[in-house]
Amino acid sequence: MKAIIRKGDHEAKTMSTVELLHELPELTDDDLARYSRHILLPEVGVEGQQKLKAARVLCVGTGGLGSPLALYLAAAGVGTLGLVDYDVVDSSNLQRQIIHSTADVGRKKTDSAAARLAALNPDLKIVKHNTRLSSANALEIFKNYDVVADGTDNFPTRYLVNDACVLTGKPNAYGSIFRFEGQASVFATEDGPCYRCLYPEPPPPGLVPTCAEGGVLGVLPGLVGVIQATETIKLILGIGTTLAGHLLLVDSLGMNFRKLKLRKNPDCPVCGTNRTISTLIDYEQFCGLPPAPASRVSEEAPEQDAEDPRLNGIPQISPRRLKRLLDRGDDPLIVDVRFPFEVKIASIGGVLIPMKEVPYRMNEIDRNREIVVVCKVGTMSQKVAELLKNRGYERISNLAGGLLAWADQVDPSMKKY
Amino acid sequence: MKIFIPTPLRVYAGGQDAIEVEGATVQEALDSLTTSYGDLRKHLFTAEGKVRSFVNLYLNDEDVRYLPGKEATAINPSDTLSIIPSIAGGR
Repeated sequence: MKAIIRKGDHEAKTMSTVELLHELPELTDDDLARYSRHILLPEVGVEGQQKLKAARVLCVGTGGLGSPLALYLAAAGVGTLGLVDYDVVDSSNLQRQIIHSTADVGRKKTDSAAARLAALNPDLKIVKHNTRLSSANALEIFKNYDVVADGTDNFPTRYLVNDACVLTGKPNAYGSIFRFEGQASVFATEDGPCYRCLYPEPPPPGLVPTCAEGGVLGVLPGLVGVIQATETIKLILGIGTTLAGHLLLVDSLGMNFRKLKLRKNPDCPVCGTNRTISTLIDYEQFCGLPPAPASRVSEEAPEQDAEDPRLNGIPQISPRRLKRLLDRGDDPLIVDVRFPFEVKIASIGGVLIPMKEVPYRMNEIDRNREIVVVCKVGTMSQKVAELLKNRGYERISNLAGGLLAWADQVDPSMKKY
Repeated sequence: MKIFIPTPLRVYAGGQDAIEVEGATVQEALDSLTTSYGDLRKHLFTAEGKVRSFVNLYLNDEDVRYLPGKEATAINPSDTLSIIPSIAGGR
């Protein structure tokens, strides 16, 4: 049974609301006390708090954005929170991922986040999806929720979340961050634009660094994640004016907030009038990346010495295969293109030439040797490998997944950062 | 007019966050920008000169794609042009 939520008299034309999957539950005496500050607000009241209690929100990612988002939604009395993450807590997460604590390092993020949320609000129903969101599982997961909040960290998943939201008719409370800047919006409402209306295609791999490569100010995901939580609550309550049809730009250095107008693209391939996408696609391929491992299990599977997959003509050597080559006595020249301070934290040896210095220090890279370029996650090194290939280097590969993948697959004692 | 350069592209614009350029239209302003900063051109435009689809241009608060004149829209010196690339970070 679906509860049709009556829209209030103060409804604005741009107001967005969601049709909740479940009927409104009664509030207990404890609820009335706990949420009294909400219930005192005429715009929320008992009925609004009932809507929150009935609501099911899916947090995609329990990292920088997902932490404040999930904490505030749990505190606000949202009845059910789904948490999607396949990662484990790392000490380098704690600078911003405030749902996890030092004692949680090494623990699954869904477990760590669920424990913190349950302590905050014992009445909260938590659904752990300890998996990598993929085209195979997204629709099945999304259909059980009223609102999806996208706090992921990469382009393939951004497009996957968008398309799955459009296909299942779930609004997407969107946020993304880079260094000191953030963007927020609400996509895929009934009449509003979707992420593809704004950005039909992703940037080429490596152009926009991830937080792991480019760094991020720790409080920034706090700012943006709380905006996502605010939009989620407004969608559930059907109050105010959401960011649907707008892109909010957050500049933490200038402390400037700007709102730009977004339009629904009539030619959008997923939400336009003549849509061409009606099922989920291969998002890694769409973003020009090699396929993601299907699951953690397949990463453990033994690898054959088949030819390495290529990206823009560059062989992508896996950490395990590189280890095998080294173990059998091959002597490739490892070119590490990270900053010196990173090399101090973790390294697999080789020559250190920070990325920006490569064009001026190519004389240190022997053309006659097999070369493996490495960085932290494998995208900067890919760019350097492409540069070297363009300059005539022939035997050059990229360490797929970088040193983080090396730590996962070859040397668990290596420090991750 | 002033063109705002987003963080990911500042490395191609001498580290500046905003650049003052001259021109009568959006296109002329962009040409002036990419003449001064050649590396920006390939990040903003395809080989055919089309704005790349992961970059949006806003004249003040309006998406240039939806202005009637698009890149040929006339500009005033007090207008601002913002380059808004997609970012994906969240962890």
